[in-house]
Amino acid sequence: MWQRLRGKGRLTPEDVDQALREVRLALLEADVHFKVVRDFVARVRERAVGEEVMKSLTPAQQVVKIVHEEMQALMGATGARLQMSPHPPTVILLCGLQGAGKTTFAAKLAGWLQRQGRRPLLCAADLQRPAAVEQLQVNGRQVGVPVVAPEPGQHPQDVAADAVARARSLPADVVIVDTAGRSQADIELMTELRTVRDRIHPHEVLLVLDAMAGQDALGVARGFAEGVGVDGVVLTRLDSDARGGAALSVRAIIDRPIKFVGSGERLDAIEPFHPERMASRILGMGDVLGLIERAESALDREKTAALQERIGRHGLTLEDFLEQMQALRRMGPLDQLLSMIPGLGGKALRGAGAPQPDERELGHIEAIIRSMTPEERRRPEIIKDSRRRRIARGSGTSVQDVNRLLRQFEEVRKLMRGLAQGRLPAGMPGMQLAGGTMRRNRQQAGRRKRR
Amino acid sequence: MAQEAAPGLFGRLRVGLGRARDGLFSRIQAVVGGRRALDAETIEELEGVLLGADMGAAETERLIGVLREAAATERLAPEEVPERLRELVAGDLRGAARPLRRAASGPTVVMMVGVNGSGKTTTAAKLAHLLRSEGATTLLAAADTFRAAAAEQLGVWAGRAGVDLVRHTAGGDPSAVIFDAVTAAQARGLDSVICDTAGRLHNKANLMAELQKMVRVAGRACPGAPHEVLLVLDASTGQNGLVQACVFTEAVRVTGLVLTKLDTTARGGIVLAVHRALALPILYVGVGEGLADLRPFDADAFATAVLGADGA
Repeated sequence: MWQRLRGKGRLTPEDVDQALREVRLALLEADVHFKVVRDFVARVRERAVGEEVMKSLTPAQQVVKIVHEEMQALMGATGARLQMSPHPPTVILLCGLQGAGKTTFAAKLAGWLQRQGRRPLLCAADLQRPAAVEQLQVNGRQVGVPVVAPEPGQHPQDVAADAVARARSLPADVVIVDTAGRSQADIELMTELRTVRDRIHPHEVLLVLDAMAGQDALGVARGFAEGVGVDGVVLTRLDSDARGGAALSVRAIIDRPIKFVGSGERLDAIEPFHPERMASRILGMGDVLGLIERAESALDREKTAALQERIGRHGLTLEDFLEQMQALRRMGPLDQLLSMIPGLGGKALRGAGAPQPDERELGHIEAIIRSMTPEERRRPEIIKDSRRRRIARGSGTSVQDVNRLLRQFEEVRKLMRGLAQGRLPAGMPGMQLAGGTMRRNRQQAGRRKRR
Repeated sequence: MAQEAAPGLFGRLRVGLGRARDGLFSRIQAVVGGRRALDAETIEELEGVLLGADMGAAETERLIGVLREAAATERLAPEEVPERLRELVAGDLRGAARPLRRAASGPTVVMMVGVNGSGKTTTAAKLAHLLRSEGATTLLAAADTFRAAAAEQLGVWAGRAGVDLVRHTAGGDPSAVIFDAVTAAQARGLDSVICDTAGRLHNKANLMAELQKMVRVAGRACPGAPHEVLLVLDASTGQNGLVQACVFTEAVRVTGLVLTKLDTTARGGIVLAVHRALALPILYVGVGEGLADLRPFDADAFATAVLGADGA
């Protein structure tokens, strides 16, 4: 599909629909809410149809590029920060479902604020779960932050108010209030949460959300946003292998920024949120995105056009070969690059005996070409025995390596002549052929390397 | 219709939380009313119900495919669609329920495993309570030595359930806790040991290796143990639940599932994909924060609930 779609001027509705089918599945697989997926896909379709396809991209890639841009826009442009009150203490209220990771995150945030030079105070207002107070006390000790615990008979709002009062006397400049996990549909506990909020007037209400959450994340976010008002979201367990599509659902539905992510069990595993990374993670897709970005930056359009014209007129030379190789290498490590191409990456390349070009082979090829004179590069047929020996010496390779390259180049050149009317693919299959075959030959020569 | 929730297992919670609002039956009925076949709008609605319940794109497509075929070959009437769908899901899960396996002799050792925050500790306590109420002498083992105050949490539950607790100091070797608990149960002639373990993400190789060791140690302390390795899955988990189930099963031979937090608005549809992919039985569902809120899995009640089928 990928190859077939290459080289159209503008995106047709068919191009777009075909690509968006994949995108839709990817988003659903990532747990983006199905309604968000529907709206999103419709919006991308509207924008994409008729858009011009960049020269170095296929229509499918062009659509994915638009998808990515739209997702980034949806995720928020830059990392959002905590709103710090000009009149300390800043009060932060954490809320969320049971098991979302509130208590651990409270301690992580306290540690993080401390490293930022703040003086945080933790408040244990989860009076539902057995030993939740002890858990926060232990974690508080670990990060070296004091914890205000409830007196017997106190309600959550009393503990929270105590903590804010204590912060003034300590003094502490940030109070982080941990609360019991609750369903947004639990009327009684949501009322309790509002009571806490109305007592302490938090500057930030942070909704703590599990990155592994499914479709219900949307309802949860909406419920908390309507129930207590949410200023920001925390995405925990981003060190799992979940794609975290809930992040997109939440952004779409409550339009509040994700401010932090939890990235491990250690109490220092907390990071500010990077929207651009999240968009790629949710979309997954064998990371076509990385390829697109790299292609954009590395391949100069004009140069490519000039190259195509030259090849069309004179046929491929070793200079073109080298230029393409350099462009390719600027795009990043080759195996990584190939694994990014859907269908081509992963399985296809790992198959038995499939040529798998490696970086070192490409380095050798480059060295060999660089050891040639410009005349030799343009007219390889003049390279006879003594020139071959000189090139091998100059490039630190063997005459056999030089011979192999020249033979493979001749094959590619024949191939290119056949394709002369077509456009030069950005990935240039000939290069892979060269590297792969070269390595196979070497392996046969008994110099097989252990991967 | 909103407040008249289904009677039976999930009924009570529905009423309490005022949830079954956008139930499948009423939604589908509204759409299919007066139509002849499964048209695009009905299919989109069905898709929404299934995807929204975390069934996943593949299961959704499969179920709709079956419905389409039924519509074509059996001239399935539109108003029959919701019930047929419910029947399909229930049929897929009917073989999933089974009671807890018991050791032929000596204590039955049950291990609770799963990712962080899925509800292992609470489920361990509920299971201990359930077994005790059935007359089985039971011991809880606090083998989560990692999370702060996890043993204290289980200790509170053990007190409420009236069962003994074996625990070590925080940060200790979890395998040693399991060994001690199992040998203590043998010495005291107890019927069952429920082991809580630390939550771990399935993609952390070292933590999965630690879990494998715990299973091995249980087997060394008591041949045949653990008799059950129960994967605790949070109903709010999305498609990653399938990955979790696969990896945990591969690592420690999971024998069954417990689906927790079904008292929330999450529907837990991922268990259908998990059950179909791995043929794992589903032993229990968690439906609340109380000790008694653990119920045997019931395919029909679950199918009704997962589709949000009100009034069925």
